[in-house]
Amino acid sequence: MHLLVCGGTGCSASQSAKIVENLQLELKRQGQEDVQVILTGCFGFCEKGPIVKVMPDNTFYTEVKPEDAGEIVAEHVIKGRKVTRLLYTDPENKEHISDSKHMGFYKKQLRIALRNCGFIDPENIDEYVANDGYAAVAKVLTEMSAEQVIEEIKLSGLRGRGGGGFPTGLKWEIASKNHADQKYVVCNADEGDPGAFMDRSILEGDPHSVIEAMTINGFAIGATKGLIYIRAEYPLAIHRLQIAIGQAREYGLLGKNIFGSGFDFDIELRYGAGAFVCGEETALIHSMEGLRGEPTFKPPFPAQSGYLGKPTNVNNVETYANIPIIILKGANWFNKIGTEKSKGTKVFALAGQINNVGLIEVPMGITLREVIYEIGGGIKNGRAFKAVQTGGPSGGCLTEKHLDTPIDYDNLIAAGSMMGSGGMVVMDDTSCMVSIAKFYLEFTVEESCGKCTPCRVGNKRLHEILEKITKGNGTMEDLDALRNLAAVIKDTALCGLGQTSPNPVLSTLDNFGDEYLEHVKDKKCRAGVCKSLMKYVIDPEACVGCTACARNCPVNAIAGEKKMPHVINTELCIKCGACIERCKFNAISIK
Amino acid sequence: MIKVKLAEDKINKIKEICASFGNKGGEAINVLHKVQGEFGYLPAEVQEVIANELNVSVATIYGIVTFYSFFTMIPKGDHPISICMGTACYVRGSEKVLDEFKRQLKISIGETTPDGKFSLNCLRCVGACGLAPVVLIGEKVYGRVTTDKVKEIIGEYNA
Repeated sequence: MHLLVCGGTGCSASQSAKIVENLQLELKRQGQEDVQVILTGCFGFCEKGPIVKVMPDNTFYTEVKPEDAGEIVAEHVIKGRKVTRLLYTDPENKEHISDSKHMGFYKKQLRIALRNCGFIDPENIDEYVANDGYAAVAKVLTEMSAEQVIEEIKLSGLRGRGGGGFPTGLKWEIASKNHADQKYVVCNADEGDPGAFMDRSILEGDPHSVIEAMTINGFAIGATKGLIYIRAEYPLAIHRLQIAIGQAREYGLLGKNIFGSGFDFDIELRYGAGAFVCGEETALIHSMEGLRGEPTFKPPFPAQSGYLGKPTNVNNVETYANIPIIILKGANWFNKIGTEKSKGTKVFALAGQINNVGLIEVPMGITLREVIYEIGGGIKNGRAFKAVQTGGPSGGCLTEKHLDTPIDYDNLIAAGSMMGSGGMVVMDDTSCMVSIAKFYLEFTVEESCGKCTPCRVGNKRLHEILEKITKGNGTMEDLDALRNLAAVIKDTALCGLGQTSPNPVLSTLDNFGDEYLEHVKDKKCRAGVCKSLMKYVIDPEACVGCTACARNCPVNAIAGEKKMPHVINTELCIKCGACIERCKFNAISIK
Repeated sequence: MIKVKLAEDKINKIKEICASFGNKGGEAINVLHKVQGEFGYLPAEVQEVIANELNVSVATIYGIVTFYSFFTMIPKGDHPISICMGTACYVRGSEKVLDEFKRQLKISIGETTPDGKFSLNCLRCVGACGLAPVVLIGEKVYGRVTTDKVKEIIGEYNA
């Protein structure tokens, strides 16, 4: 018997390490030392974390606390009885479900890139090997030629999972055709998209799959050196990668003459230091060279002249996680999954105002409705769905009318958003779309490297106009200015960051134009987010004249006689909300 | 900018770190990571020593330090507070939580309290979106933080 405990970031924050410790203590105390406790990668169901899974009977315990360890051992391990109170309860029929396969959250998922996350101990290479690990690289090095590998990846239809969706096989082919004394393969693990954490989960839960894929990539393009560019903000992922690289070297899976094939390959880590723009290939390469992470004009592409001027192939973590299984199961297995132009699966970080927050992997072509309502369990607190944001700061907000669109690279672009790295943030009617656009622009302004003017100055101006609108000073001309400026930035910015940065503004203008109009014309924010547009009013019927509000108003904006209805002077009011907190009669409201 | 006179042993420590990376300009980011780990921040004087050792201009080093958000020229507090402003946390109300921290500590983003105890910063996504909104104090993660919990959380460190 095995007890698998989730060691992902979310569950770790809810004391999963303590759960492991307690389980081990209890197993010892109750004489069950042969049962193993394993800290695994992310199971994905973060909403119900921490998760403990009992193998081999697949029992899935949710929201486990360290003090539950004794009961799990005494009841489940010793007596074979499930601890019902820790099982997942179906929100519909209130039945307990013990096998994750039958939960709404997992039913529609297909885990390829995340196949090992939550199943193996990421710090033990033997577990990876036992799950066909390093079998793909063995096959490649002993049975295939570099051309065959590239052909297989091309045939699979795999496209880059970092956001752009460039065909991976084609990228490898270009890099392989450029000859040089030294080439490099680079894994882009600089996941900076706010709200996306799939790369981190893969690195934390299954680091060997990335190492194996990079080796295959190296063989295919003729590179003997690999570099992983990872955010310094991901200490756990760095730690696990270091362990994994060490183990792989020890087993001879990295280093000289791998599998006696005469092929040498080794991997080093390079640390990012917090710059979103470094997710862009050319910026990433400059950052690895120890410079400011500023992008440069393409061409030359990294495949021609990349790291230290040598041909370099850059792929994202999730792209790599797909490679070994494509080699093992064949391109024809992979290209049957998904839609015509987008093959395979995509990992999404489902977050926001949704019942089941977590990391999910779904086949391409699934609809947003299935993701939000079946996997995500619908909107929190039964509120109304308003928008879903995909693609992070480069993407856009989609609405009700897009819910039945099959998700793939091309459909999302056609709808005014993009796949991006896979953040999917669901919003309900408490989100103001103008403020959301402003939020993303704030991010872009902060993260713009400053090299090209359209991005450095243009986005700043976009942000200023949005600020003006949320303050209630917007005009109809401002709305036109937003569109014009956005078009100019898209056309003229140097890199991917600038070219896509106006997307949140354009997509909200397109899909929620009426909300912009309300802000400009009626000076109203229907979600009640824009402070300047809110008005505090006292209902004269409900007010008993207790004077509590007037006494606590920091700017003396409330007047009225004792035992008589009070009035707020909106000119003076700073909208601090102190009056609402004090009113015992619910007489004050925001309009 | 805060002016500091570096002690001899500190200078030697920096030189040691630079040497461990072969005094190569291309290793500047790794050197800065190491040095910041040692000193907690990277004041101008430290940057000067590094530039000298790596044989690059001070402007190059300053350019790198100011480019990456991970590097700081202001010392952080004993308990650095980071509010996650990732999208998931934002839509679940992290801005209000941030405002409350500002109000309670009387400092703004990027500042440190006069007693050096707390510093306040924003970060983008810790990857614990299931617990949104999330606040990090040092290494500890606080999940599902609401404005009324802020006082209590600060209190834990004021005891």
